Amino acid sequence: MLLIPCPWCGQRPENEFRYGGQAGIVRPADPAAVSDADWGAYLYLRDNPKGRHVERWRHVHGCGRFFNCVRDTVTDRIAATHKPGEAAP
Amino acid sequence: MIQQFRTQAGGRVDRSQPVHFSFDGQPYEGYAGDTLASALLANDVHLVGRSFKYHRPRGILSAGAEEPNALVTIDRGPGRITPNLRATQIELHDGLVARSQNRFPSLRFDLGALAGLASPLLSAGFYYKSFMWPPSFWNRVYEPLIRRAAGLGRAPGTPDPDRYLHRYAHCDVLIVGGGAAGLAAALGASATGARVILCDEQPELGGSLLDEPGVTIDGWPAPDWVKEAIATLGGSVTLLPRTTAFGWYPGNMIGLLERVTDHLAEPAATLPRERLWQVRAERVVLATGAIERPLVFPGNDRPGIMLAGAARTYLHRYGVKVGGRVVVATDNDSAYRAATDLHAAGTEVAGIVDNRPAVDSEAVEAARALGIPIRTGLTIAGTEGGMRVHSAKLSNGTDVIPCDTILMSGGWTPSVHLFSQSRGQLVFDTASGTYLPSEGAVGACAGVFDLSACLRDGTEAGGSEPRTFVVAGMPSMTPAGPPAAARPHRSAFVDFQNDVTTKDLSTATDEGFVSIEHVKRYTTAGMATDQGKTSNLNALNTVAALTGQGIEAVGLTTFRPPYTPVTFGAFAGTARGALFAPVRLPPIAAPGAVLEDAGTWKRARYYPRDDETIDAAVVRECIAVRNEAGMLDASTLGKIEVSGPDAAAFLSRLYTGDFSRLAPGRCRYAVLLGEDGFIRDDGIVARLAADRFHVTTTTGGAAFVLHHMEDYLQTEFTSLRVWLTSVTEQWAVIAVQGPRSVEILAPFIRDIDLGAMPHMSVREGHIGDVSLRLFRVSFTGETGFELNLPPDQAQRVWDTLRERDVTPYGTDAMHILRAEKGYIIVGQETDGTVTPDDAGLAWTIANGDFVGKRSLSLPDLKRPDRKHLVGLLPADLAMVLEEGAQVTDGMRADGLGHVTSSYFSATLGRGFALALIAGGRSCIGSELSVPMPRGDIPVTVVDPVFVDRPGERLKVRPVPTVQPESLLPPEPWLAPTSRPAGSVRLAILAPTTRLAIRAGGAAATGIGLAIGVLLPTVPCRSVIARDRAALWLGPDEWLIVAPEEAADLPDQARKAAGDHLVSVVDVSHATRTLELAGPAAAWCLNAFCSLDLDQSAFPVGMCSRTLLGKAPVVLWRVAGDLFHLDVGRSYVPYVWDCLEEARLELADG
Ligand SMILES: [Zn+2]
Repeated sequence: MLLIPCPWCGQRPENEFRYGGQAGIVRPADPAAVSDADWGAYLYLRDNPKGRHVERWRHVHGCGRFFNCVRDTVTDRIAATHKPGEAAP
Repeated sequence: MIQQFRTQAGGRVDRSQPVHFSFDGQPYEGYAGDTLASALLANDVHLVGRSFKYHRPRGILSAGAEEPNALVTIDRGPGRITPNLRATQIELHDGLVARSQNRFPSLRFDLGALAGLASPLLSAGFYYKSFMWPPSFWNRVYEPLIRRAAGLGRAPGTPDPDRYLHRYAHCDVLIVGGGAAGLAAALGASATGARVILCDEQPELGGSLLDEPGVTIDGWPAPDWVKEAIATLGGSVTLLPRTTAFGWYPGNMIGLLERVTDHLAEPAATLPRERLWQVRAERVVLATGAIERPLVFPGNDRPGIMLAGAARTYLHRYGVKVGGRVVVATDNDSAYRAATDLHAAGTEVAGIVDNRPAVDSEAVEAARALGIPIRTGLTIAGTEGGMRVHSAKLSNGTDVIPCDTILMSGGWTPSVHLFSQSRGQLVFDTASGTYLPSEGAVGACAGVFDLSACLRDGTEAGGSEPRTFVVAGMPSMTPAGPPAAARPHRSAFVDFQNDVTTKDLSTATDEGFVSIEHVKRYTTAGMATDQGKTSNLNALNTVAALTGQGIEAVGLTTFRPPYTPVTFGAFAGTARGALFAPVRLPPIAAPGAVLEDAGTWKRARYYPRDDETIDAAVVRECIAVRNEAGMLDASTLGKIEVSGPDAAAFLSRLYTGDFSRLAPGRCRYAVLLGEDGFIRDDGIVARLAADRFHVTTTTGGAAFVLHHMEDYLQTEFTSLRVWLTSVTEQWAVIAVQGPRSVEILAPFIRDIDLGAMPHMSVREGHIGDVSLRLFRVSFTGETGFELNLPPDQAQRVWDTLRERDVTPYGTDAMHILRAEKGYIIVGQETDGTVTPDDAGLAWTIANGDFVGKRSLSLPDLKRPDRKHLVGLLPADLAMVLEEGAQVTDGMRADGLGHVTSSYFSATLGRGFALALIAGGRSCIGSELSVPMPRGDIPVTVVDPVFVDRPGERLKVRPVPTVQPESLLPPEPWLAPTSRPAGSVRLAILAPTTRLAIRAGGAAATGIGLAIGVLLPTVPCRSVIARDRAALWLGPDEWLIVAPEEAADLPDQARKAAGDHLVSVVDVSHATRTLELAGPAAAWCLNAFCSLDLDQSAFPVGMCSRTLLGKAPVVLWRVAGDLFHLDVGRSYVPYVWDCLEEARLELADG
């Protein structure tokens, strides 16, 4: 079980969290203006890196906040977590 | 003769306490403090098992966890049979029943030994090669045969009656291994004030120091030094003997298995058999020692051949001589100590055979001085003996030494299993020819074998200044070099447990297996429960010799957890039977009802009368709703209060509808889509006020919908000023449906004009004296209401209505009634690929953008041949189609779709179904068929609304004048009583007023001043002011706790907010508070809660949402030994039972 540092609550066990997928996927401001291909990419295309991955987690059984997390997909080590809107270190 | 191989004196067994046990039905005697292995050896029993593949007679090789041969079954009675336990780790107790394994009919006369004659068939990769033809024989003949012949003990056939607990713990330093280095590390760590846990798999801490009565440390005999060290550590360090660190997982989580009762003849029923610890350690110090390697020579597996170090352990710890005439075979100095010690104990040492050309050290000289013959430059070339070795043949080809025991030592392999599991870097040490951890290890695990160095390094690893220990009485030894080059003999065993020989390894390399990981899997060397403890390095050395490279070039295989086997019971812990998962019951009791699972809930499926069948009951319930009035407990529906000035805009972006023009007091059915355009959930959106909505979700979708909404609110639509509060458990719901519902409810509801309530509307008022949020909605097609009530009052209302002949109906009737109206159930008519248009719900789609809207115009989601929801009527009126059945047009092989719901309708007098059919709406009226095993069933495609297509029955009709009536009186609530346990008391507190407050910073201050308690801004902290408290739950979220009388607190808070944006929701009824008090409270919680509850990490005043087992709770430390747990009502029984389970071993009396 991973230990995940919630930016508000500090280190907490993984089972208090819910994974939220890749971070930084922004919903188009005017979806109607987006082509079918671009909309499809927004829906389904995600990075699958070996190594550093910036992803979202939610402290669902804690403060309830979504936040961003930089995790190495090989070692599972978490380099940093930060509140939404803050830049990844 | 009894215990003929017990020494006259010495050892750590208690000779005043004889212990009686049996092995294979034969009674024996040992002493308290013995292991099964030491007691058997004391009785001259060496033959204890048959090997895995060849059924070769095997003895006891070691004295510890590395034992590959002496695997036995312990029988503690029905359901308590444990196979494959190492006799070297089983503590003796009176009445212990042990049996050998893998033999038939008996250990001495084993028919399976014939497999030895067939050994050419069983060589490396035999199951890939020998049993290839004919193919059909694999399942029917070969596999059953192999499974019977191979394998070890048998699994028990009945459920395990024992109890198992989990425990979460945190520490600064976890020390694995309680030998010299581990104890020194614990002393060093505790001196710094750190939180320390020290675990050791053996019943007694001390490790190899217990084998050294002749060695002194700072003037103390080593075993006494151990005693002193334990006394020093006792108060401050958590000492865990009988506890194996079996796995190292991410985030420095170490799994420990504590064996609590297996060593007791009559364990108390309150104790768990085993406790599985999940320890989070800031730092781990590995003091796991080293494992002695066997020598690889032909016939090295006969009973009577064991590791030299083990012989010393049996002598010094247990007072047992392992034989009468011993040959010692070695390639290092440590075995000389076994020779001299056994000689001193009166065992004849017939000779030391040393592979090295020349030897010289204090240890060697000591043996030489005793006149023990030393043969250098030689090794053992073969052995003879059946059930016990009787001679050793030397490699000079001429000398044969008669003996009953051969002690061997091929050097020592640092026990790096845990380090390897942690994905640590193992470094090859050329001097010793072994792999060492790059960091974090001390003592023999780090390749350090000098005792004073182990003690010094340990202190330093613990975090203190290195200190010098004066060690005396230990002869100096030449450090062991790398193992000699291996000779691939035909029948020299490398892996005893898996019966792998050097020949097998040679076959593997001959057949082109290059990677050591492939060789491991092909030959099975180092696999399974043994994980190569004694065999790993010998296997590497053999492969190195076979491939002409160095050991370091061969590489190392990965060690896998667990280090030694862990019972399934320990892994499962309490998560079995009633505590497997929370069983959530709605607040209205349903005596006599048949329950079914609905998400995490149990719901009443139907309410049979007397001997009524399910079909009869469901028909009766349906007819009651259509003709009179019925009531359904719909409390499990998810409920979310959405508030804020942008609430309507937010909901319009989340659901298919436009809620900006929905008038307060009105409701709308709405569908929730994923961004992909597919239906995820549905429910009723009710506008309570301009800025306040009450939204319902499906029973199973409640948690998902809240998460989904929070996701968009927190990360996409961040400019919207909206707050969400779950009120699922704040409101019980009774759905009253049927043509008589208005006249039945009217006498009890005086402040709401039911006749003026249009379909799809909501009002707030009272039923009797109970506050009510009343929805006029229908999931049946009949005039109907959903009564949202405080759950404590719901039973009264239910019972009152029942007295008025309102028929309770369950989920089965509910399903039929809604299907007759063509209303979908998410998850039944939908499967994650159904759009609103597919389900006939295009009418819910608003003009503006909402989540999923864009996807609806993707080409694939607009295809005319998509599957549409339609009705099906089988030609045979009595036919009820099977749900999930395929529907075809009889022409093509592939189906057009499938039946999603199918029932017998009492209203229609026939079977009917809903189905998803390709292009369904364009083929209404056509004939299709449902192919079933007993023939095709013809069906007609119809409109999916079977009852009251125009909706006449939903129309509002005038309410007759009625006389007001009163509800039944309330029943007093009785709090459950807990088991008496002084060290940790458990109680449910009386109800209090609770508010969920969501607000920005400025408003928070204002509200705090108004309600008399400031809202803390520090995460996870609380503020107490007089009789009320504010708990921080999130950066804009607080829970206010106040006395029950403070019922006007919500209004106070709302008024205080003034122009500030704030959400205040009364959640007084949603939870109950459990109080856990006493010195063991935190200890008790940590059986189910994984947070660090030490005062340094979870101080007084700290509060947080977290999990207790599988239940979400708010945990609040009110005082040092006093915790409050806010638990959702439906989770209370589960949490209560969990805490009682944790308290059991602390119970008074
Ligand atoms: Zn948090």
